[in-house]
Amino acid sequence: MNAYDLAFYLIAAMALVGAAITVLSRRLVYAAFNLLLAFLGVAGLYALLAADFLAIAQVIVYVGGILVLLLFGVMLTHRIYDTTLKSVRVQPLLGGLVAAGVAVLLIRVAWNTPWNTTPELAREPTTAKIGEAFMKHYVFPFEFVSLILLVALIGAALIGRSRAPKSGNGR
Amino acid sequence: MQGMYETLLAALGAERVVPFSVGFAALVVVFALFAAIMGAVVALIMVLAERKISADIQERIGPNRVGPMGFFQTVADAVKLLTKENVLPRKADSILHYCAPTLVFTGGLLPVAAIAWSNGIVVADLNIGVLYVVGTASLGVIGRLMAGWASNNKWSLLGGMRAAGQMISYEIPNSIAILSVIVLAGTLNLQELSEAQKGGIHQWFVFRSPFAFVACLICLVSSLAEVNRTPFDLPEAESELVSGYHTEYSGIRWAIFMMSEYIGMVVVNAVAVALFFGGWNGGLPGEPLLGGWIWYLLKIAALMYCQVWVRFVLPRLRIDQLMSLCWKNLVPLGFLALLGASVQALLGPTGQHVMMVAAWLTFGGFVTLLFAAVLKTRHVPAQDGIPR
Amino acid sequence: MYLHFGAVLVFLLFSVAFVAIIYGISALFRPANPSAEKLTTYECGEIPFGGSWIQFNLRYYLIALVFLIFEVEVVFLYPWAVVLRTIGAFAFWEMIVFLAILLVGFAYVWRKGDLSWFTPSGSGHTDATFSGK
Repeated sequence: MNAYDLAFYLIAAMALVGAAITVLSRRLVYAAFNLLLAFLGVAGLYALLAADFLAIAQVIVYVGGILVLLLFGVMLTHRIYDTTLKSVRVQPLLGGLVAAGVAVLLIRVAWNTPWNTTPELAREPTTAKIGEAFMKHYVFPFEFVSLILLVALIGAALIGRSRAPKSGNGR
Repeated sequence: MQGMYETLLAALGAERVVPFSVGFAALVVVFALFAAIMGAVVALIMVLAERKISADIQERIGPNRVGPMGFFQTVADAVKLLTKENVLPRKADSILHYCAPTLVFTGGLLPVAAIAWSNGIVVADLNIGVLYVVGTASLGVIGRLMAGWASNNKWSLLGGMRAAGQMISYEIPNSIAILSVIVLAGTLNLQELSEAQKGGIHQWFVFRSPFAFVACLICLVSSLAEVNRTPFDLPEAESELVSGYHTEYSGIRWAIFMMSEYIGMVVVNAVAVALFFGGWNGGLPGEPLLGGWIWYLLKIAALMYCQVWVRFVLPRLRIDQLMSLCWKNLVPLGFLALLGASVQALLGPTGQHVMMVAAWLTFGGFVTLLFAAVLKTRHVPAQDGIPR
Repeated sequence: MYLHFGAVLVFLLFSVAFVAIIYGISALFRPANPSAEKLTTYECGEIPFGGSWIQFNLRYYLIALVFLIFEVEVVFLYPWAVVLRTIGAFAFWEMIVFLAILLVGFAYVWRKGDLSWFTPSGSGHTDATFSGK
């Protein structure tokens, strides 16, 4: 086992443990904080795949943005200190079947995909390449992202505003 | 640069004893230990410096009993913190209470790895250096939220929320200000950014473009907010929140928070120096005298002095003022600066010269305004009969 | 490149270990005399009332939402900023369009007051209200 493999198992274990605790924990805040491990683990995996820009973007957007938003949401919830998650089992048979089906599908896809195993080719900085791709080949999708962000911004503002008590249209 | 580790390991004769990866990891651990110890030293010096500078500003003497100039005062403080009882409140969440300082410390120490201290001296020469520094700051945000929640204390929770809200908000103007330099330099690597400013003080980005000058001001203001210092120290506003998210922390755990704050100060200033003030370049053409790291540290120290200075001159902002300053002033201004800088990036050599002149004019105008303001505030007549 | 990300990983592991070791060293020297009084949550010397639950101003959530959108936008700007000089005017105009679309959103939230800080009670500049049990 070389250093690369060691790093991979370490990071993968971190992501899996974080994800497992997030799913299994009965306390909402623990679940939220353990997402940090999962997000960092995924960022580490990106880094191992030589996607340097994507790795840091993952940290910035998921850890710095989405996780903070989630934690704000949790902390704004009423009676956060008493909140424990109650999982109620509804339709265990059907649910189990669906889960097993999805698992089989995913394993089959993973098994049959011809994975690209030539990492030597890709060990160079990606930021400039991504930029060039945006500016040359994916101009329209790039502008479309802006439109999506616009819709998201307006939607977020609308939903957030309707939740705020007595805020009206705010001044 | 690529070969820093290879050269070092070869010089140590390590490749005959251990595989490269082991030697490399050992070297990085040594660097990290050095960085952590230097962080502690910087914290010690800065605590004393803050007390001395504040004393100077407020016409007091400051600590002067323990050792020469009171220098050992902070050493005594450090020993006290190390041997102080660790109080974990009954209602606190012990696991998260333990993890929070670790997370904040990690968020402080990680960016140090990417900073290019001198030509070729950088622990992790990342191609996305600046972005990495911005990204790792978010660990500190989570850490502060965690500290606030784990303490199970009203002040702590409020302080943690404020810290997170303010740090994420000011990340936007900070990033836009950084982008204004990136468009001019065309790289995210902190080493290459320093190299792009070689050849004397007129090559520093702050003096090369009026837009970078504006961006520099935005960056300095928002980096103050990023490290939660006055006038943006609402998260630990002692007059209302006791001491914010670390109210329930004592002894060594509190010391870790303190240390992280000073490491954070060094990091934000190091980034500002690398972006705007020439990085490890001296002010003259040619190779920096005495090694680049001295210049780098001197510039960081100068900016840190300014941060302390600001702390004892400006009053704290209110939460609504804080947010509107960020979103309604700094963000639009930042976008204008970015727009200008990207136009300048497309200009030819003549345009660059014009911009350089414009930058110096902007700088001159700013300094003139500053002095005018200082002169105006100086001659306040004493009304209470107390001689000043 | 892996080398330098490896350095980051070592730094990460180091700082977690470093804090643990410092805690350990401190544990050798420090006293531990907990008492019921000492372990009470600090509330300025008063006996704590209620839980620590605070009704936060919902603004925090809104600001985080707006922040998230802008953060994603800024992340898109980084690759553009790196290649602007090599690609030239086309990249500039493309980004102008990108920013102009978002500017509409920014103007919208500004106009609608989502960037202003206000409280339900109307006092304008607080960030939480307390409620005892």
